[in-house]
Amino acid sequence: MSSSQDTASKFFRYSRELILALVVVFAFTTFILLLAGAPPLAAYYHIFKGSLGSLGKLSHVIKAWIPLTLCACGLLYSFRIGLWNIGVEGQVMVGAVFTTFVLRLGMEGHVPVFYLVVSCIAGIAGGALWALIAGYLKTKGGIHEIFAGLGLNFVAQAIILWLIFGPWKRAGIASMSGTEMFPRDLWLPSVFAIRLSVIGLTLTVVAIVITALMLRYTKIGLYLKALGSNVQAAHMFDLNPRRYMLLAMIFAGGFAGLAGSIQVTGVYHRLIPAISSNYGYLALLVVMLANYNVWISPAVAFFFACLNVGSIQLPMVLHLDSSLSGVIQGALVLAALAMHAWRLQSARREEHVSSYE
Amino acid sequence: MNELNMTILFAGVIAGAAPILLATLGETITEKAGLINLSLDGTIMLGAMTSFVVAYETGSIVMGFASAAVVGALIAAIVAIFSIYLDQSQVAVGFVLTLMARDLAYFLGNPYTRIHGPTVKPLSIPLLEDIPFFGEVFFNHNLLVYFSILMIGLCWWYIYRTSNGLILRSVGENPRACFARGIDPKKIQLLYTMCGGLLVGLAGATFSLCAKPGWGRPQGAEGTGWIALALVIFGGWHPVRAAIGAYLFAFLQVLGIYLQGWFPSIPAQVFQVAPFPLMIFTLLLINIVQKESVLELAEGKMWMKSILGVFSGAMPTALGRTYKTD
Repeated sequence: MSSSQDTASKFFRYSRELILALVVVFAFTTFILLLAGAPPLAAYYHIFKGSLGSLGKLSHVIKAWIPLTLCACGLLYSFRIGLWNIGVEGQVMVGAVFTTFVLRLGMEGHVPVFYLVVSCIAGIAGGALWALIAGYLKTKGGIHEIFAGLGLNFVAQAIILWLIFGPWKRAGIASMSGTEMFPRDLWLPSVFAIRLSVIGLTLTVVAIVITALMLRYTKIGLYLKALGSNVQAAHMFDLNPRRYMLLAMIFAGGFAGLAGSIQVTGVYHRLIPAISSNYGYLALLVVMLANYNVWISPAVAFFFACLNVGSIQLPMVLHLDSSLSGVIQGALVLAALAMHAWRLQSARREEHVSSYE
Repeated sequence: MNELNMTILFAGVIAGAAPILLATLGETITEKAGLINLSLDGTIMLGAMTSFVVAYETGSIVMGFASAAVVGALIAAIVAIFSIYLDQSQVAVGFVLTLMARDLAYFLGNPYTRIHGPTVKPLSIPLLEDIPFFGEVFFNHNLLVYFSILMIGLCWWYIYRTSNGLILRSVGENPRACFARGIDPKKIQLLYTMCGGLLVGLAGATFSLCAKPGWGRPQGAEGTGWIALALVIFGGWHPVRAAIGAYLFAFLQVLGIYLQGWFPSIPAQVFQVAPFPLMIFTLLLINIVQKESVLELAEGKMWMKSILGVFSGAMPTALGRTYKTD
């Protein structure tokens, strides 16, 4: 078989699987909607209209896409070496805390640009630091990264709540609405009409390109992959797996921290309890659904962002809970895993047949 | 409320531990068979929602518990089938289901939020309840609390004293050898993952029908599944030690309520978080204890050995590694 034919048949099979997975998820979601006594078509329509129906809605989608994609970029590094960086959620939060800390210093300052730049770097450092703690607990303490990361997520959430109700509380009343809003010159500059930060968008695109280049063309990317697929082979290359695990965690945390930083400077302009908005956890699903591919991840992130933003309409219009988006996203990943299993088994069967021929 | 009353405190610990105890025992059984079911947190939520809605609609609490058990077993079956028969990462499937089951619970439970539903009534045991202190602490609860305490012994007995328990443990230790003895490890793993999930589902029902009655977003059971997963490790994969861990955790939780009364300026969520750093700390201790240098240090010192013994535990050898027939 010629290679072009091979690619064509592969492409055909992938798209057939994708369509099948989508049909299954669509049927499942419709069933759930009927179970809840809701009109399925109206629900789908409102999700679509609520996400892509207008320019304003689209800007909300992109605002969700930015942190989702940044977290996904970071997770690609940790997944590559086989680490389950569930702590990404907390890394976003700590990035936001560090950014807020620097911006608070800049409240009275006269050079807002300086503080904005420093706050961004601080956010990256904060996320990386939080990831590094999980990394050290894994490499030195022998604690599985899932438990270390998860514990640290809860700790980060507690730190944010303590700051909002304690040292950083608003003058007069402390409340769940967050800290005092920053003055306008400490906001990331945005396109006025749709309130979208161009800098945040640019940074995200840069992050995708850097991640793609790093993973594909640098030694670090090669070593992460080598260690991820076979730790036993590490000593043959004279590699220290622990060092590369920590390195992967630093990258993952750094990107997550950047996401948290942009959430503060570009979206909320203050620290709020739900600053991470579950984007970290969701990014884990994004990367899985994208089959750990750096170019597919942003596309999946965009689709997920549409679902998240669009489903906000559901409580208002149809009196449904907005968590329908999470159900669809989870079903998609499960369907993708099932398809993956199916492909593996049919490949094995083919191999089996050809070995007898 | 701010006065520390020992009887109320300990009675609260015994009652509050019931759901997390059931979840921890369930996951211990699952992991003994060599599988990790990471979906606990979502399973508990979906179990809580299902049981509340079913009990509310049918008016039967028994039906509520039964439906939660079915839900728990079904989710566990998905994890097991994906990992055992479809060769997919059990961690990945478990994590997806954690989020998905929770969201499904929020979505389907939406019409039933903040309404008054059926709850399990307290059932004090005659005569025993009259014993001072102990009567109040142990024998004045609802049926689920007694059930959870009974389950500790039952799990221990089943795992360590029956031939089925021997098979369960051997599948978790060496599935290949089991296969050679004519036992299908895959079937056994599927079976016990579902049994474990059944208990986790019941844990969810215990939340919405007794411990934190009702349904809502948030329900109040969020995060428990993760604690239970950590408690299994804390318990060294032994049901009795895991149960002790569950009671310790419940003690911390109850203590948190008192602390909150004493420091009203600190938000409640901060105290609720306390178990998590503690979990990391105990996991750290468990690992330090197993280091050779520490074991050498303890050589010949009885007191040190007994301290170390508390924190040691053997993981089922084949845990997390899916068995493949070849």
